[in-house]
Amino acid sequence: MMPAVAEERRAPRIVGVEFPFGHPFGMPGDKAMQRRVLELALRVLAGAAKFGTRVDLDVEWPVPIRDAYKAWQPNEASPIVKKLLATWGRA
Amino acid sequence: MIVDSYRFLPRSFRPLYEGNGPFRGEDAPVWAPFEKRLQASRIALLSSAGLYLKASQQSFDLTREQDNPEWGDPSWRSIPSNTATSEIGVAHLHINDEDILADPEITLPARLLEQLAAEGVVGGATDEHLSVMGYQDRSLEGWRLQTMPQLVATLRDREADGLVLAPA
Repeated sequence: MMPAVAEERRAPRIVGVEFPFGHPFGMPGDKAMQRRVLELALRVLAGAAKFGTRVDLDVEWPVPIRDAYKAWQPNEASPIVKKLLATWGRA
Repeated sequence: MIVDSYRFLPRSFRPLYEGNGPFRGEDAPVWAPFEKRLQASRIALLSSAGLYLKASQQSFDLTREQDNPEWGDPSWRSIPSNTATSEIGVAHLHINDEDILADPEITLPARLLEQLAAEGVVGGATDEHLSVMGYQDRSLEGWRLQTMPQLVATLRDREADGLVLAPA
């Protein structure tokens, strides 16, 4: 979901998906989408020829961005997010 | 299509993730060639969604994280590949768990991997897969010193040839 970060952190093989957090293999119940991701991951695992190989999956998340952006987030902000927001609010 | 890594991240958090480079001491490439055929390989999965078995395993420690927001539970759980959806719990304060509880395959596609094994795409799947909770303190000390050596030993014991890691 954040392949650029995986590259910076030196992951040896990377599959990029433009999916919301919590959904690395896709939509719940969408077996075809999940299969596309896992098959690509297996192909990259077995077929990448060199360190740092990155292949991005050409699948658009089938939910409008505003809805998807809200939907992945927890109902209550995580402790570190609360702390950061409090810190930034005081700055 | 080039994936936008920050599409779903709040804009104000992007600087926390972007441009940090490798962890200290980890700039050298780590590379293990995959030498077997996929059809002859046993594959394992690792999810960082904080999955655990509600009836038989402790949740990841979210209480301590509430008290100390910089800390995340570095322990791990083993998830049998035939675990029913209703048996899986999610302990992760940084994502909405509704979709995962409805269909855990979106983070740990164990049944799909079994299907690919039955079709001969892969040689097989390990009987158990691995679960961690992906929010960790910045040093990653607990993962480095305890969890990862245990996971490596477990994967070797299960004779896994390859591992697919899925961040949550």
